[in-house]
Amino acid sequence: MDREELSKRVLDLLTEIAPDVDPASVIPGVAFRDQFDFDSMDTLNFAIALHRELGVEVPESDYAKLASLEKCVAYLAERVS
Amino acid sequence: MASEFRLPALGADMDAGTIVAWQVAPGSRVKRGDVVAVVETDKGAIDVEIFEDGVVREIVVPVGQKVAVGTVLARLDAEGEAAGSAPAGPRAKVSPAARRRAHELGVEVESLQGSGADGAITLADVERAAGAAVASQAPALEEPATLAPQGAVSTTGVPADSRASMRAAIASAMSRSKREIPHYYLSTTVDVTTATEWLAAHNAAVPVTERLLFAALLVKALALTCRETPGFSGFHRDGRYEESPAVHVGVAVALRGGGLVAPAIMNTADQSLPALMTAMRELVARARAGRLRASELAAPTIVLTSLGEDSVDVVFPIIQPPQVAIVGAGTVVERPWVVEGKILPRQLVTLSLGADHRVTDGRLGAQFMSKLVRKLGDPATL
Repeated sequence: MDREELSKRVLDLLTEIAPDVDPASVIPGVAFRDQFDFDSMDTLNFAIALHRELGVEVPESDYAKLASLEKCVAYLAERVS
Repeated sequence: MASEFRLPALGADMDAGTIVAWQVAPGSRVKRGDVVAVVETDKGAIDVEIFEDGVVREIVVPVGQKVAVGTVLARLDAEGEAAGSAPAGPRAKVSPAARRRAHELGVEVESLQGSGADGAITLADVERAAGAAVASQAPALEEPATLAPQGAVSTTGVPADSRASMRAAIASAMSRSKREIPHYYLSTTVDVTTATEWLAAHNAAVPVTERLLFAALLVKALALTCRETPGFSGFHRDGRYEESPAVHVGVAVALRGGGLVAPAIMNTADQSLPALMTAMRELVARARAGRLRASELAAPTIVLTSLGEDSVDVVFPIIQPPQVAIVGAGTVVERPWVVEGKILPRQLVTLSLGADHRVTDGRLGAQFMSKLVRKLGDPATL
């Protein structure tokens, strides 16, 4: 999966767990928390969705590496075939 | 005998709603707990459940019409009954408090089995019926994709015009609270390192789907504390306080773009931590998608407001009438703390209580908070 495709998948998951977020408005380099009040519940739901859709199990200690779209894609690119 | 399905009240300050969709039609068979209509309210689009079994005879209020709380929305025939043929039974004895609560929760009192003297229907019977109805349809965690509404409701959460009416509803409830309820406030800072370490170890050992959040520990500890210490989980109405037989902790959920709802996790004290976590995740998802159920909004007996990460140290919470208490939790932060004579970095959280001085005093409030703190200190027992 290339980065563009990964980025699209991540955005899809993001709007699935946070239906009140407009995917077109997401700025890749800015933390989800700073853009739309992403909280610990959202982060957990996001980790669960990543596991379900991409088969990646993100340990809690790596949550910081999922903080923004840019970081997410970089993190997942190393783990998704 | 046909029965009537009325628009239930969804809390202190809702007096009307607009039908946006019917999920049933004349001839549809319904079971207690089925969602039969979607109603647009100050609190977003709400799924309204029915509280008895039967067959829909007639839809009285069409889609698009705004009606007052208590309005007959549809009529039902009891299961297997030819329309209008059943004799009317003796009228059930119902306490005034039970009748009022039944009305609020949308429970049809005449269909209940009373547990009081002479088979009278009590408040507890009504609460149980409402709780059972919710529990009976408590979903295994739905895939979030299926949370999207099937009908006419927007999928992007609460639309802008209902943001304004939600703001008005919050203003009205909070003004009433500050006008009528003599609040007293207590707060205490707690070392929760044991709890956070327990959580981290638990979460590292289980699959991602079974991870817990600190808020789940708080909700459970609060529910157990309420059960042990009367005076905080119930309703103050018509000049008197009535303790709720079941604890339904409402969880304050902030909506992105503004607004707030506090739907209940039913029978909170009886649920395991994993079940509570699942219920909370599901509740927050539906709150943000604007798809709560009527019973969830009317049910809370006390509310927890947890401000989450990167927020403030302490919240001075305002009670939602007719409740009599609300507990707040600030952000869990690492700070210096003295443990056995040494200054150590520890995980701290400041818990606060806003309580109704008509019902309890600070001393009882302090005992309540001490119990809550003790329970949080021993997460394995939650």
